Amino acid sequence: MTFAGTANRWFRAIGLSLALLAPWTAGAQVAVPALLGHVTDQTGTLTPAQQSTLEQTLTAFEAKKGSQIAVLIVPTTAPEEIEQFALRVAERWKLGRKKADDGAILVVAKNDRTLRIEVGYGLEGALSDISSKRIISETITPRFKQSDYFGGIEAGVAQIIRVVDGEPLPAPSNRQTEGNQDFRQFVPFLFIVALGVGGMLRSTFGKVPGALITGAVVSALAWFVIGTFFLSGLAGLGALLFTLLGSGRMQPGIGGWGGGGRGGYGGGGGGFSGGGGGFGGGGASGRW
Amino acid sequence: MRKIFSIFLTAATLSLAGCGYNTFQTTDEQIKASWAEVLNQYQRRADLIPNLISTVKGESKFEQDTLTKVVEARSKATAIQATPELVNDPAAFQRFQQAQGQLSGALSRLLVVSENYPNLKANQAFRDLQAQLEGTENRITVARNRYIKSVQDYNVTIRSFPSNLTAMVFGYKEKANFTVENEKEISRPPTVSFDSPAAAPVNAASGATK
Repeated sequence: MTFAGTANRWFRAIGLSLALLAPWTAGAQVAVPALLGHVTDQTGTLTPAQQSTLEQTLTAFEAKKGSQIAVLIVPTTAPEEIEQFALRVAERWKLGRKKADDGAILVVAKNDRTLRIEVGYGLEGALSDISSKRIISETITPRFKQSDYFGGIEAGVAQIIRVVDGEPLPAPSNRQTEGNQDFRQFVPFLFIVALGVGGMLRSTFGKVPGALITGAVVSALAWFVIGTFFLSGLAGLGALLFTLLGSGRMQPGIGGWGGGGRGGYGGGGGGFSGGGGGFGGGGASGRW
Repeated sequence: MRKIFSIFLTAATLSLAGCGYNTFQTTDEQIKASWAEVLNQYQRRADLIPNLISTVKGESKFEQDTLTKVVEARSKATAIQATPELVNDPAAFQRFQQAQGQLSGALSRLLVVSENYPNLKANQAFRDLQAQLEGTENRITVARNRYIKSVQDYNVTIRSFPSNLTAMVFGYKEKANFTVENEKEISRPPTVSFDSPAAAPVNAASGATK
């Protein structure tokens, strides 16, 4: 009885946890692959050489124009339609720059014989539904029908690039945003330094000199980290004011304010990542 | 003195965050934005239809019945004043949704019927319109999904503790969400028959007008 009861309970527990997992497993949607480069081929259709040719084309275009275009080849999107799958990929990868929303993805489901160009908000003007449809039906699918997958994708990508190139977009400026992100990452750190060091210096040197020293230290640190003079000056000024106005005993203050650290900014490293562009289901699908 | 003030400030902020008031404001704005996007896409579809009609009219022998159904459904759908306040009125929301659903049905019927007209299919203007319509339908689906999700967030906040107390104090109500109009019909397995070619379109038409 005891053994059976325990086993029964275990089975129930397992069943319950499986049931809780069900939303992820029972749907059995095709997982969105990790974004490692502009070209993702899960079917082995493209040779490494072809893949790197495409990768180079797309990387060069991103460097020149700023918009991110990716190619994804999967065996199938079942049970979803390609539209749903492509949107999930788009929402996960977030291609395109944040405000410009200038990303586009060419998704090919090889065994389903369907494909789709998913277009970010910012490119919907140039790469409209009509032009996406034409690229698919006039450039890509005729080649796919003859099993010339690389030819179809390459010509399609070239066409997409030509269309996007005609669109006035903000100039590529990745450095700027990266600097800002770095800065935001270090804000809590600087804050704590200002608190700790400021409190100590204040008690040793007195109010005003301590605050001045703290401000100088923080701005020097910030300057090393950020590399922008204006921002580091701002950080130093903040630290100075904080130390100057802060109450005498710093220890309780730290507990109150220290919790404001920001979550990590994913992305960044790894060579290629989406810039936070938004998608709203624009584009066109086709089959061959 | 300053210390007391700062403690008070912290407590006030924390209590605000705890009662979910800010969550209501955020999700409410989210709903408004996603609802505006839904309306935007419906409007886009309504704007495409006159062009579609005039292109299809060029095909002299096109089924008039299908065409008039689209025109009627469009005028019915655009007659409903689509305002942001519609979200808070379940009955009006229902009517709006029904009218748009009818238009979807009539349009998809028209596109299916157009397959029988080779001239139309070869017409570039028609093909472009078809691509735009397909794209718009997809955008409508996306917009509706996002709306459904944001309403879900809002309604969950309304029903969960302790934010339900805030909802009670401020009188926030659950918001209407999209549903499938013909729930019963979908749960019934479809009957596929190859006997007479007329059978399938009739079914589709009755499904569309539901």
